[in-house]
Amino acid sequence: MDFQLSDDQRALGAGTRELLAKCFGRDRMRAALDGGTGIDRALWRELGESGFFALRLPEAQGGVGLGLPESVLLFEEVGRSLLPGPLIATHLAAGAVKGAAEGGAVVTVLDAGQPVEHLGDADALLVLGPGEVRVLTGGTARDVARIRESARPVRSLDPFTPVWRVTGPVGPGEPLPGAERLREEGALLAAAEQLGSASRTTEMAVRYAGEREQFGSPIGSFQAVKHLCAEMLVRAELARAAVYAAALTEDRAEIAGAKLLADEAAVRNARDCLQVHGGMGFTWEADVHLHLKRAWLRSGRWIAAAAAEEALAADLC
Amino acid sequence: MDLAYTEAEEEFRARLREWLASVLPTLPAKPGPDDWPGRRAYDTAWQRMLYDAGYAGLHWPVDAGGRGATPTQHLIFLEETEKAGAPYVGANFVGLLHAGPTIAAEGTAGQRARWLPPVLRGDEIWCQGFSEPDAGSDLASLRTRAVRDGDHYVVSGSKIWTSHAEVADWCELLVRTDPAAPRHRGISWLAMEMDAPGVTVRPLRTLAGSTEFAEMFLDEVRVPVSHRVGAENDGWRVTMVTLSFERGTAFVGEVVACRRTLDALAAEARTNGRWDDPVLRRRLGRLNAELRALWRLTQWNVGEAQRTGGVPGTGGSVFKLRYSHARQELYEAAAEVLGADSGDLDREWVLDRLSSLSYTIAAGTSQIQRNIVAERILGLPKGR
Repeated sequence: MDFQLSDDQRALGAGTRELLAKCFGRDRMRAALDGGTGIDRALWRELGESGFFALRLPEAQGGVGLGLPESVLLFEEVGRSLLPGPLIATHLAAGAVKGAAEGGAVVTVLDAGQPVEHLGDADALLVLGPGEVRVLTGGTARDVARIRESARPVRSLDPFTPVWRVTGPVGPGEPLPGAERLREEGALLAAAEQLGSASRTTEMAVRYAGEREQFGSPIGSFQAVKHLCAEMLVRAELARAAVYAAALTEDRAEIAGAKLLADEAAVRNARDCLQVHGGMGFTWEADVHLHLKRAWLRSGRWIAAAAAEEALAADLC
Repeated sequence: MDLAYTEAEEEFRARLREWLASVLPTLPAKPGPDDWPGRRAYDTAWQRMLYDAGYAGLHWPVDAGGRGATPTQHLIFLEETEKAGAPYVGANFVGLLHAGPTIAAEGTAGQRARWLPPVLRGDEIWCQGFSEPDAGSDLASLRTRAVRDGDHYVVSGSKIWTSHAEVADWCELLVRTDPAAPRHRGISWLAMEMDAPGVTVRPLRTLAGSTEFAEMFLDEVRVPVSHRVGAENDGWRVTMVTLSFERGTAFVGEVVACRRTLDALAAEARTNGRWDDPVLRRRLGRLNAELRALWRLTQWNVGEAQRTGGVPGTGGSVFKLRYSHARQELYEAAAEVLGADSGDLDREWVLDRLSSLSYTIAAGTSQIQRNIVAERILGLPKGR
């Protein structure tokens, strides 16, 4: 047993962080925030060229041939960077939806009762149903257009994630073969994003606590603040062990547990980070609200807390 | 990154399982919680069986009489013995996990030869004399004095929270040998014989009603200078070696035990009808996530120890913070499963609920652990 990242895995994580810093650094992120939230197609293609979407496709199909643990490392970096877009759905659709693997298509998800993210930019939809996934795309592209016409845009809580309420009928689409575990895989990658966000907000809080001075000392020297930061690390590291392990075992209950703990880590760490930042944390200017809003949104996606807890209860003998 | 065990590790597991299956049925009945001589006999007999089978001091270095096992083998050992319902380390705890490793790391060849083999064989029991009535979390403020008199120290003071003091042969004792030095630099580590004149042990009754530990009064106890491990006034550093061992794999068995308890709680709730309450059901589901993740965090920490050559990292503090809280929450959920029976001390889990209250205090309170995490891992400035 060697439950630690390999050198290659470390390099993959570091390389992804570098790539995202280059193509979606803080300046670009803040500019995107001010300038509208459509998908940046050039950036999408750049990600496609780097192998981001095709990571798990076999090399014979033009992919990178890596596994779920490596995907988790990519999405952890996405969570740190706040990069917007239906990255998980497009990643999961690679190989099944034309153009997804190369970054030429934007694929989003329609999950019963949930608002649809980035519907305005979507070329295809994965419709999550009980026991199967159907794809609306290609020859049925008109179906996507029809859904868009009848959908109602919602004023989104997360400024980076436009969402629509879909009320009209949804075409039958075509079954996506081998997608029985798509919901679990989506949940695991969302958990990885939450893990990245939870680690990032921990770093932000620690940095601020070391710089900000009150009563003549850095506020990080006060135990009340120190203990908030320590608990943030504990949440992030427990979630890390859970997420990495679930990527290795692909066990249903373990994935549900990873999502539950990563959701909690991302939301509570963002809130504690906000608290450590004091008044600054309540401003639009600080990045912490962007992490919190995205973390709230992700918590409801793929496998939410109630479903996760029920799955984990059913797993007990 | 890999959770699969190697062929050699699986072989180690299979041999261990086979041995456990053959010896556990031969164990005598477990003694009662307050039968200290009985507990000592039971715990040391088990240690002797481990010794004879080649499992004693599994994780100790070979030159200290141990087996030099990898952290993963040690993990497997703790997991399998717990799963099989084997006895706990019990009265051997301080010898095997505190004093022994300290002597192995810091002792002279003569000290290692004198003290380590009896620990491995279960012949001698150690207790720990660190905390004092006025030195708990602030251990370095300890005041028990040791004054040099020829080739002896004369030790006076009092210690508290000493587990197994009633039946111990030796005590690993922290004493102040230089009251004028800065507080961390005037401490020494001594091995004290418990039957030395001047040692008085008074059991302390816990809120669970049992006598898990004791107070110890030292009145001019003479300890040979040759029983000092490490240099005079270097005891603080020597002690830190010990404490880092405590937070390494110390809780592996407990996590396995917690997962078994959670399964039993679910079974009980299904039987008594409380399973139909979705709030309780989801609470148990959340605990499943928590305990599964704690097991994975243990494996992660073991992986780290394996890569760094067996040195326990600071990951132990992260683990202990979450584990101690989770275990208390487990018994709170148990009380909900038991309902009206949660006030019956003869029902399973009711005493455990009381015992679990110590987990956020013993071996470094949660508040101290958060300071450690914040200062040593996150690098936040030290407070005043």
